[in-house]
Amino acid sequence: MPEMTYRDALNLALKEEMRRDPMVVTWGEDVALYEGSFKVTRGLLAEFGEKRVLDTPISENTIVGVAVGAAMAGLRPVAELMTVNFALLAMDQIINHMSKIRYMFAGQTHLPMVIRAPGGGGSQLGAQHSQSLETFFMHAPGIHVAVPATPADAKGLLKAAIRDENPVMFLEHELLYNSKGEVPEDPEFVIPFGKCDVKREGKDVTIVAYSRMTVLALQAASELEKEGISCEVVDLRTLSPLDADTFVVSAAKTGRAVVVEECWRTCGLGAEIASRIYENCFDKLLAPVERVSGLNVPMPYSRKLEKLCIPQVGTIVAAVKKVMNEKY
Amino acid sequence: MDTKLRSILPDHELIRLYEQMVLCREFEEACAEQYTKGNITGFLHLYSGQEAVAAGATHALHGDDYVISAYREHPQAIVRGADPRRVMAELFGKATGICKGKGGSMHLFDPNLHFMGGYAIVGGQFPIATGLAFAARYRREERIVACFFGDGAVNQGTFHEGLNWARLWELPVLYVCENNFYGIGTEVHRSSALADIHKRTCGYDIPSERVDGMDVMAVYQAVKHAAEWVREHSRPYLIEAITYRFRGHSMSDPGKYRASAEVELWKERDPIPNFAKRLLGEGIAGQPLLDKVRETAAAQVAEAVKFAEESPWPDDDEVFNDVYV
Ligand SMILES: Cc1ncc(C[n+]2csc(CCOP(=O)(O)OP(=O)(O)O)c2C)c(N)n1
Ligand SMILES: [Mg+2]
Repeated sequence: MPEMTYRDALNLALKEEMRRDPMVVTWGEDVALYEGSFKVTRGLLAEFGEKRVLDTPISENTIVGVAVGAAMAGLRPVAELMTVNFALLAMDQIINHMSKIRYMFAGQTHLPMVIRAPGGGGSQLGAQHSQSLETFFMHAPGIHVAVPATPADAKGLLKAAIRDENPVMFLEHELLYNSKGEVPEDPEFVIPFGKCDVKREGKDVTIVAYSRMTVLALQAASELEKEGISCEVVDLRTLSPLDADTFVVSAAKTGRAVVVEECWRTCGLGAEIASRIYENCFDKLLAPVERVSGLNVPMPYSRKLEKLCIPQVGTIVAAVKKVMNEKY
Repeated sequence: MDTKLRSILPDHELIRLYEQMVLCREFEEACAEQYTKGNITGFLHLYSGQEAVAAGATHALHGDDYVISAYREHPQAIVRGADPRRVMAELFGKATGICKGKGGSMHLFDPNLHFMGGYAIVGGQFPIATGLAFAARYRREERIVACFFGDGAVNQGTFHEGLNWARLWELPVLYVCENNFYGIGTEVHRSSALADIHKRTCGYDIPSERVDGMDVMAVYQAVKHAAEWVREHSRPYLIEAITYRFRGHSMSDPGKYRASAEVELWKERDPIPNFAKRLLGEGIAGQPLLDKVRETAAAQVAEAVKFAEESPWPDDDEVFNDVYV
């Protein structure tokens, strides 16, 4: 299998799907001529032309709304929001329209569209550019939410997203674009939504994570192995649909669970996951579920403070040790 | 251009405008250097090339007028009176920064200067400007609001909603569009159906004009006139200043979408040496004075960098402060 970056894997997925289906089009701010702020759309304009690869004005609500209309009328648009922070300007189209149109109209229309949006913190971009909003989208019924952690997942999930008849928020992590991994070449390599991936097997504690948090969880697991603690790392891959079965089975097996989320702790997805574990295997738990979360503050710019706000390998290690020492 | 400078402003104010533009340029170029050294991180959008707009416009405002802007705003805060040392410390993320290191380059703020913030969400400042103006009128204050934004921002709904409200409610907002022809890599004709931005106010019955944003006196005169009009009538007005950024969109943008001939052409229109020429030509300043201005600015900026370097990092506890006040 060839090794490639997360960025190139996404790029390849876009190209393959655009080659496969002429109804796939893409637009967003600076995606065409500039080839994307993060260069995920590199080469698309050259290959597919300006009829299918379009630069838009800075008008996020309309970037999404136009995709909704086009999807209702038979296209498969992939709209890029330059970063997920700007999805907040498009929340009207995302929540009031995109998420409801199938249900409200009794399933009489499909809505095959994808919104790609990079996000996450850790680059000192300040309070308005460092948000992790995954829970916002997960909260609303009617939206699929993908959060790939590796290049292979990025490719397989994006292809699945484009082929899906439902709208997908496809959340990429800005700090993963340069990460490398093996990626299957098969153009039919598609990863189904709603299936966790056990990225590392273990027996003492289950770490549930997603996107960049999975990468940190795997590093933490390697460190903990040296101290004789065996961690199982469950990567969610999609937050909606949420494959609770896989992480519940894992937590029941190990008896201990740590959930790692980059978003704010209050009402974060970690609370949902902890609750699913409690609901389904409380009797198997040896200790309370631990949450490692982003701090409940707007992101400060100063790198010294920013570091405190985002889960680090060290905080995951500490959380695992804490659950190892706790008992019901 | 024919009008003599002295007929517009007294010598010391003309020199002051020159000093401010030079200080801004020196500051921004020092930021670039500190970014390369890794002392400034995150996004850094430099203003080099656009100094005539900040300096000329701000000089035409009253001290208690509100100013609000976007993320390319260091010079706007500095010409408003922000201490370059505290601005630089902010960019370093230090505790002595203008926002204690919590805001960063894109989020400068100083209520004492009525500098109501730099915002990184394109178009976020429009409704806020309307609200500031509403409060000023409600409280029967004389002040107006100067709202700065780029050519890319006018396609946000907030621009249209904000303008409509300001006209409907007769609010004193002076909109200053810094049209530097690009929103990141997208040229204005590729994002705006009507790229003559000043003409877009006709749908809201708001008077507007276009001005040469590379000419500090032209900006000063236009803003002076417009600000007085806004103050007198309590109604919005829009100025489109045609300008150019000499650097990429941010430090991470190599700016390949602009032909180098285009950039060179605009550099010939650099507002600083062109204003210097006029000051010399009209006998307002001699070369030694202009040299002194540059040296003073360079020293001030060097002092700002030193201050930032030597300043302490914020305490860890600071992370929880200010979420609520
Ligand atoms: C709502 C929103 N969308 C997109 C961006 C990303 N972005 C940052 S600056 C920018 C271009 C803005 O151009 P313009 O208004 O002309 O200002 P300039 O950078 O030229 O000063 C874009 C698209 C953003 N910060 N906020
Ligand atoms: Mg611009």
